[in-house]
Amino acid sequence: MPRTENLLLLALLLAPGVATAQTAQPLPTQKNNSVYGELTKVPPKAAARPNPLATDPEAVATGAKLFDLHCAECHGSTAEGGKKAPSLLAPAVQQATPGTIFWLLTNGVVRRGMPVWSKLPEPQRWQLVSYIKSLTPLSKPAEGPGTPAENSSSTSPPGRQP
Amino acid sequence: MSVIRFHSREVISHVARVLLPAKTHQEKRRRELDNTLPRLEKSARATTLFGLLVIFLAALAFPARAQESPYIVTYDHYLEEPGSLEVEYFSTFGTQRGGNDFHACWMEFEYGVTAWYTTELYLDGQTTFGDSTIFSGFRWENRFRLLQREHFINPVLYIEYEQISGADKIMKEVEGHDVESDYAVPNALARQEHNHEVEFKLLLSKTFRGWNVALNPLAAKNLTGGNSWEFGYAVGASRPLALKASVQRCSFCPENFIAGIEMYGGLGNRYNFGLPDTSHYLAPVVAWNLPSGWTLRVSPGFGLNANSHRFLLRWGVSREFSGFGSTIGRLLRGH
Repeated sequence: MPRTENLLLLALLLAPGVATAQTAQPLPTQKNNSVYGELTKVPPKAAARPNPLATDPEAVATGAKLFDLHCAECHGSTAEGGKKAPSLLAPAVQQATPGTIFWLLTNGVVRRGMPVWSKLPEPQRWQLVSYIKSLTPLSKPAEGPGTPAENSSSTSPPGRQP
Repeated sequence: MSVIRFHSREVISHVARVLLPAKTHQEKRRRELDNTLPRLEKSARATTLFGLLVIFLAALAFPARAQESPYIVTYDHYLEEPGSLEVEYFSTFGTQRGGNDFHACWMEFEYGVTAWYTTELYLDGQTTFGDSTIFSGFRWENRFRLLQREHFINPVLYIEYEQISGADKIMKEVEGHDVESDYAVPNALARQEHNHEVEFKLLLSKTFRGWNVALNPLAAKNLTGGNSWEFGYAVGASRPLALKASVQRCSFCPENFIAGIEMYGGLGNRYNFGLPDTSHYLAPVVAWNLPSGWTLRVSPGFGLNANSHRFLLRWGVSREFSGFGSTIGRLLRGH
């Protein structure tokens, strides 16, 4: 194959990487504020699913372990949120049904940087849901990524219950 | 200066070839090779040890998570988490009829650019017993998630560019009419062949009730020498030994082990598509995901027809570094 065609092919291979590098900039703050809007996009049937491990006494503790392993890097060690991911102590999350959180875990929010977590077996995702729902919610609505929830005032200490 | 030295060495070598009797020159060459090979093997071993040491030291500095699939050839649809770097070392021991057995290895650096795009760099090498140890090329791989959400089947587009020599033996994929006898060529001869290849795969995968099933059809074209498109496949299924996690952090809990099986082989080329003159392998796979973030994989592979290597033993160790991208970003910004 002529050299020019090889170069063209290489350029074609490089193009997606360059394009991604340009689009991988942080989202504007205006869009970050609507990050909890993803909770409203969950199909009603999925949102209505009950947590099959709701009565499992070990589900919360196991979920906490899984949270440390897979989620704390972005959401913070006490789920307070960080630069990369929103707080899970926000009322929007805490008032969401277990089915809603499970659906978001399974499908991710790929365009906002949240990967799909269906690689975790279903019972482990439910254990995570149990833990997230056990957290003490913030009394004030939290901001999106970039404004950790710990900065906002609250009457009770957020995060894990003793 | 070095160019002049290089030329003078070439000239001396040429004069020696002309003046010295052929037998004496061959003996001298063999002696040179005998001296060089152990040095090369030592240097390859040193490189491997250095690579593993780098992974180990970096592991002390970064948090980690591990839930890696056990496949070595097949891909599922899960990409690297954004900002995470996974460093992997893999080894393939292969038996060879009509030649010497070999040990091929590769280092893999996998980085999650976004939640829908992962890029990877491979560095390949191999030792053929009784022959030599050589670096055999590099590969640059890109995977793009095509759909935002989980569906019945989840497609991921895979595009790879590779620049490898004919002596590459890592067998990361089997394609076209790749057969065992191709690998019997001595390294000195095989490495003279230079391949620039593009490879496209459609990674189709589904996880249901803990089972992952993945199918990867592939099409590859060697850009050198007017070769035709070649085809191949990989298919795999796997499942964790337990679906529910244990309360305690533990190394030997059943949920840390994922077992499965994969099968891969060639499907001929554009002019001769099908199973004749192709090789195929069946390989059980096991991954052990440690809570410390390390993953170990082992896979004994068995050739399914006369064109295949009788036995391949693959193993690998990998470590994921969460937040690698943001750490590097902070370092570059100086705070």
